[in-house]
Amino acid sequence: MITVGNDGVRTFEAAGRTDADVAPALRTEGLTAWYGGPNPAIADVNLSVLPNKATAIIGPSGCGKSTALRCLNRMHEVIRGARVAGRVYLEEEDIYAPGVDPVRVRRRIGMVFQKPNPFPMMSIFDNVIAGLRLSGERVKNADEIVWRCLDAVGLWGEVKDKLRSSGSSLSGGQQQRLCIARAIAMEPDVLLMDEPCSALDPIATYRIEELISQLKRRYTIAIVTHNMQQASRVSDYTAFFLAGPDRVGRLVEYGPTEQIFTNPKERRTEDYITGRFG
Amino acid sequence: MAAVSGALVARRPLSQALPGELRRRMVDRIAMSLIASTALLGCAVLLFVVSYVVVRGAPAIDVAFFTEGPKPYGEEGGGVLPAIVGTLSMLLLASAIAIPAGLGTAIYLSEFGRGAFAHAVRFALDLLAGMPSIVIGVFVWSLLVRQVIGRFSGIAGAVALAIIMIPIVSRTVEEILRLVPDALREGSLALGVPRWRTIVGVVLPTARAGVITGVMLSLARAGGETAPLLLTALGNQFLSFDLTSPIASLPVQIYNYAVAPYEDWHTKAWGSALVLVSVIGCLSLVTRIATRRARL
Repeated sequence: MITVGNDGVRTFEAAGRTDADVAPALRTEGLTAWYGGPNPAIADVNLSVLPNKATAIIGPSGCGKSTALRCLNRMHEVIRGARVAGRVYLEEEDIYAPGVDPVRVRRRIGMVFQKPNPFPMMSIFDNVIAGLRLSGERVKNADEIVWRCLDAVGLWGEVKDKLRSSGSSLSGGQQQRLCIARAIAMEPDVLLMDEPCSALDPIATYRIEELISQLKRRYTIAIVTHNMQQASRVSDYTAFFLAGPDRVGRLVEYGPTEQIFTNPKERRTEDYITGRFG
Repeated sequence: MAAVSGALVARRPLSQALPGELRRRMVDRIAMSLIASTALLGCAVLLFVVSYVVVRGAPAIDVAFFTEGPKPYGEEGGGVLPAIVGTLSMLLLASAIAIPAGLGTAIYLSEFGRGAFAHAVRFALDLLAGMPSIVIGVFVWSLLVRQVIGRFSGIAGAVALAIIMIPIVSRTVEEILRLVPDALREGSLALGVPRWRTIVGVVLPTARAGVITGVMLSLARAGGETAPLLLTALGNQFLSFDLTSPIASLPVQIYNYAVAPYEDWHTKAWGSALVLVSVIGCLSLVTRIATRRARL
């Protein structure tokens, strides 16, 4: 059900609890993923994503940060030959448990991609409710859902007079916000973002970053970015990935963003943050 | 290493030609005119064939040509209505067989097919596409006409046409579906849309124009086939909608008119050819317009 207003918002600080007490929205245990070959792309990743926080995944190219993100809603296995081991818990449930349909997982864990990918043959309006329609659901209050989701991503004012024109007629930044609207129309618990700004100009990037800080009031967000400034701006927690000489990506350090950027525990994190490599 | 200095490579003013420049420009011009004229040749052949068919066929066209059947030799007038009806009804039945089969094959190959089996399917389809149509005619004749049905019939003709259409539909549509970016498939899957709904709701609609082009291509090819129809549908002088018995078709009608020793029938052959070209031309024009409108 779509609820309008703030009644669905969960704020843990308000309940007088600190982050350390909060059960993670997503938690991985020994997550290892392969692309066809014998060597994994990421190995033994143990990562927590706290509810209503933005968690940034950073690291140099090829460190497996996108791979790790795609494992969180079972999109990794879409690639032919790809394989996953380990566990990923959405609250209490293992999304890789036998009998769990990936379709159900993806309904609750949405994803936004690097390159905006609105459906080109659909109008802006239809793009927003595409997920609901394509899933075979009867969308009764389509107008309201479209308004609410476009408003939530700050796109309503820009497109309200051309809802019937094609989604690909928008600018790159608008397309990306349309894709976010499309994702939140499914009312997911978690929103995964795979370098959502890397194809966008600075102004569009700024708008998406602003949007992320609004969205996390309602959704849990995990964002992969190669832009460290962006990670420090938008995220509450940061996970640093690095591939060793064996080219297997591992989680090196995880902690509050402020700590990772000002006082990292690991030498390798510090070297990366300060620009000594990568 | 020493830096590359001006002494090693002569610096020329822009006004001075580089070595071989004149030759390059000449070769460029010759090559350009060659490829442009081959491109022009393609258009010219089409223009020539169509205008020749129009010029030779137009005298045969009158109202009766579309409302009557062929007359025996010696009688004036007559038309190709049975042939138009026969061709359209056989194409309809052939499409009903070939379009679902071809689309299904294309979806399998582009969305799921990997490994030895898919390779074998692709290879088989390519062989089938290159199979001389008379061989397909002989095959359907010996199987359906001689054995299963026991006589010449529109059904046998439609089956032969469907066998010709299936590889064209499946291979062209497969190529089109492969052009749909994976980003769209992933975008749909990531919304929690099941695989089959992603294919039906995102992949096929995105490729719609190309899918229709592939189907039209196969229809045009099947609509002009003569040899397999001679062996299967045979032909019919009279108007018939019954696909279980022999039925007329435009290509066979053209053939019958053209091989006859009468000048009047030769004109009618050209007229029939004009009708066949127009029918296929209209079909592709209508679908082009329909898909363009739907693209909004």
